[in-house]
Amino acid sequence: MSTATKDHAALSDIFNADEARVNWHDDTLWFVRAKRDKAAHTLPEWERLRDTASQIKDNVLSNLHDYLLQFESNAQHNGITVHWAADAAAHNRIVHEILNDNGIRQLIKSKSMLTEECHLNEYLKEQGVDVIDTDLGERIVQLAEEPPSHIVLPCIHKKKEEIGTLFHEHLGTPEGMSDPVFLTAAARLHLREKFMTRRAAITGVNFAVAETGEFVVCTNEGNADMGAHLADVHIACMGIEKIIPQRTHLSVFLRLLARSATGQPITTYSSHFSKPRPGQQMHIILVDNGRTTQLGREDFRNSLKCIRCGACMNTCPVYRRSGGHSYHTAIAGPIGSILAPNLDMKKYADLPFASTLCGSCTNVCPVKINIHEQLYKWRQVIVKEGYASPAKTIAMKTMDFTLSHPAVYQKAGKAGRWFLKHIPFAVNNRMNAWYKQRDMPEPPKQSFREWFKENNTMQKNNSDE
Amino acid sequence: MTVGLFIPCYVDQFYPNAAIATLKLLQRLNVDVHYPMNQTCCGQPMANSGFEHLTAGCNNLFIDNFSQFDYVVSPSGSCVLHLKDHLHSATEETKARGIRKKIYELTEFLTDVLEVKSLTARFPHKVGVHQSCHGQRGLKLAQMTELVDQPFSKPLQLLNMVEDLELVPLTRPDECCGFGGTFCVIEEAVSVKMGKDRVADHISNGAQYITAADMSCLMHMEGILKRQNSQVRVLHIAEILNAQEQ
Amino acid sequence: MSSRAEILASLKANQPATRALPEDLENPVIFESPVSVFATMLTNIGGSAVEVSGFEEIKTYLKEHFSGLPRIISTLPELSDVTERDWIDHEPHSYENVDLAIIAAHFGVAENSALWITESLMQQRVIPFICQQLAVVVRKTDILSNMHQAYTRIADSSYGFGTFIAGPSKTADIEQSLVLGAHGPKNMTVFLVD
Repeated sequence: MSTATKDHAALSDIFNADEARVNWHDDTLWFVRAKRDKAAHTLPEWERLRDTASQIKDNVLSNLHDYLLQFESNAQHNGITVHWAADAAAHNRIVHEILNDNGIRQLIKSKSMLTEECHLNEYLKEQGVDVIDTDLGERIVQLAEEPPSHIVLPCIHKKKEEIGTLFHEHLGTPEGMSDPVFLTAAARLHLREKFMTRRAAITGVNFAVAETGEFVVCTNEGNADMGAHLADVHIACMGIEKIIPQRTHLSVFLRLLARSATGQPITTYSSHFSKPRPGQQMHIILVDNGRTTQLGREDFRNSLKCIRCGACMNTCPVYRRSGGHSYHTAIAGPIGSILAPNLDMKKYADLPFASTLCGSCTNVCPVKINIHEQLYKWRQVIVKEGYASPAKTIAMKTMDFTLSHPAVYQKAGKAGRWFLKHIPFAVNNRMNAWYKQRDMPEPPKQSFREWFKENNTMQKNNSDE
Repeated sequence: MTVGLFIPCYVDQFYPNAAIATLKLLQRLNVDVHYPMNQTCCGQPMANSGFEHLTAGCNNLFIDNFSQFDYVVSPSGSCVLHLKDHLHSATEETKARGIRKKIYELTEFLTDVLEVKSLTARFPHKVGVHQSCHGQRGLKLAQMTELVDQPFSKPLQLLNMVEDLELVPLTRPDECCGFGGTFCVIEEAVSVKMGKDRVADHISNGAQYITAADMSCLMHMEGILKRQNSQVRVLHIAEILNAQEQ
Repeated sequence: MSSRAEILASLKANQPATRALPEDLENPVIFESPVSVFATMLTNIGGSAVEVSGFEEIKTYLKEHFSGLPRIISTLPELSDVTERDWIDHEPHSYENVDLAIIAAHFGVAENSALWITESLMQQRVIPFICQQLAVVVRKTDILSNMHQAYTRIADSSYGFGTFIAGPSKTADIEQSLVLGAHGPKNMTVFLVD
């Protein structure tokens, strides 16, 4: 692909250099997928629940304009300050302004994929503002100066020994200590101090209710709550698609979210923020950043139904064997591969091709996004927009010509000869890619067509020459 | 009832035995099978690479070859799914729609149209069944482990009719083999790793043969097995359903 | 154009034709014995369910399991004689050293052992999160089966803050190893009262 940086295939190559580690990564995520299956199977109504969630989201996408206005009005009535940000830059500026207005230069942040998408941490750092991520996984990747590799399990690519080393360097834990219980306890102490001293807290938003103006934040650790309830200023950042119409719809989404994500029946905390506590400022930033464009793409708008559970990543055989960083975008995996091209088709032209279209993602999606069908459709768009290599285009045209003309096809060579040149191995001009670790099928003496001509004389009338 | 037999291009060229078994199996079940000689390909290799707009010629050729039959049957779930989803024509859309409705993958044709209740076949070996994704999740040939619903499997329903065949259970019953068309070369590292893992699952559970309703997955796994000098063989499901080993 | 106007105009231009909301989900799972399901679910996620006849039994349990803790607070008047006095209305950070907080829940949900607690039952929002250990008192008759019943019960009630809490604070961020007590309470005891 014509990206300046390495594409998914090249990054996966690097990831696969250590096969034992790939096995470990694959097994760890498969374990999460298995937990998801077990949780889903405890509810006989699971598939109806997915249908219902999908239909609620259809309704949301078709009324987003009015629901956002309704949410804004109700939230303002509740004492929440509502901001609108057309893009990532506007979002980051708004956060910075709120901090400036309050003379704050240090803050804590719980998990928010939106702020990853907007690269808020980098922006604030440039402005001289210190951000500490409080989700344990996010804190770990922050210390490692890496982005999260998974939207729910940010440091799933890291081994405990590596985390032990990071903590030794940054938090002063004993060298060689890698016991998860010990490391978690060390992080608890380290982050408690941050909770106690920082005056501003950023959280993400899982759901925002138009009818009531409240928003819901789900965590297992309690870090969003610790931050928000201690800070003078709470800033919640959300993509505009996180709106749901009514409070009662939370029943559907809270039943699906954690079961799909980790196999838990619900996250430990599902906190409903309706009003700031006395003396506290509560802000919410409604961010577009390409979402309204995606809404206008009929084939791709359903991607906006996503509730960020990560189930499609855990089930994806490619994600499990390539790691989140190979997707070189904030949201990895199948869902990221249909979201990212909307933001930058050229930069992310490789991602819709990083799939076998096996369809497992679509089956686990709690809001029934047709992910694998959208991957296929993005491929068509990307090629039509001119982001396929010229060599590939020529190869495809040759293939089409041959396959459209039986005489050419039949004369293209004896059994297998034409294929060895053209399908599917030559299309990328990377002939050796198959041979590197796999043998080719041996061309048989006769093709089926040739056999049929010779042997099917009994039913000669059935061949339509 | 007339059946047009669609033998996908790579099966024609590399795996004639799978095609022959399909033909013979249908003939043994007294189906009036026709093989149009001018057929080539379903167009999927181009379409899955993002070049669906180049498949018009391929599509029209397919329509010319197959619209006259009552059914179209093919021993490849992936090609059938592609045609069901994407066979269109600017000039012959009615015929295209007709084919989309009457095209069947072999095993579903046997279980749903012919309603086969028994087979005369014997295959005294340990067999692992690879659930090819497009057949399983696309054509719904078998229940998917992701869904909370009743289990069923059309390929297994048929394999259970084969005398002395021993099915081996798999640790991950429906994980993709990593072929994925051009994916297998564009994403070589991941594709190979997926294939190795799939093959390992069959081998560790004792399979002597790996079978599937899709030859492309088997071609991929065969490429890996051969490189590993493994004794495990791949066979298209038609070859097993048609096996007469004594 | 402001971001707000820009977004709203773009939405008007791009959103599809209206799709109706679905009917409520029919026949969600209902348990014959929600209390026992609740207790099992809570145990599975690392909490402790304790069935008691009343507050005297709770006090006995506290004495047996939580004696010797320097700072125990409760919002429940029935427990005022065994917990700290005059702790309310202080600055939220001041509760950082609370060893055990005992509060009430409006109701619990069997399918996930979550308890619905609003601000009015917390005294301070931070209490159930900042304490080292948490205990919650709920009546057995207030254990519902599923989340649909939960939101029917919540209905349009007003709160500044409300939360479902299911078990102790936890993380599995390090190699999927489950560790209790990430930032919030390290354990959670639920007293199920007759």
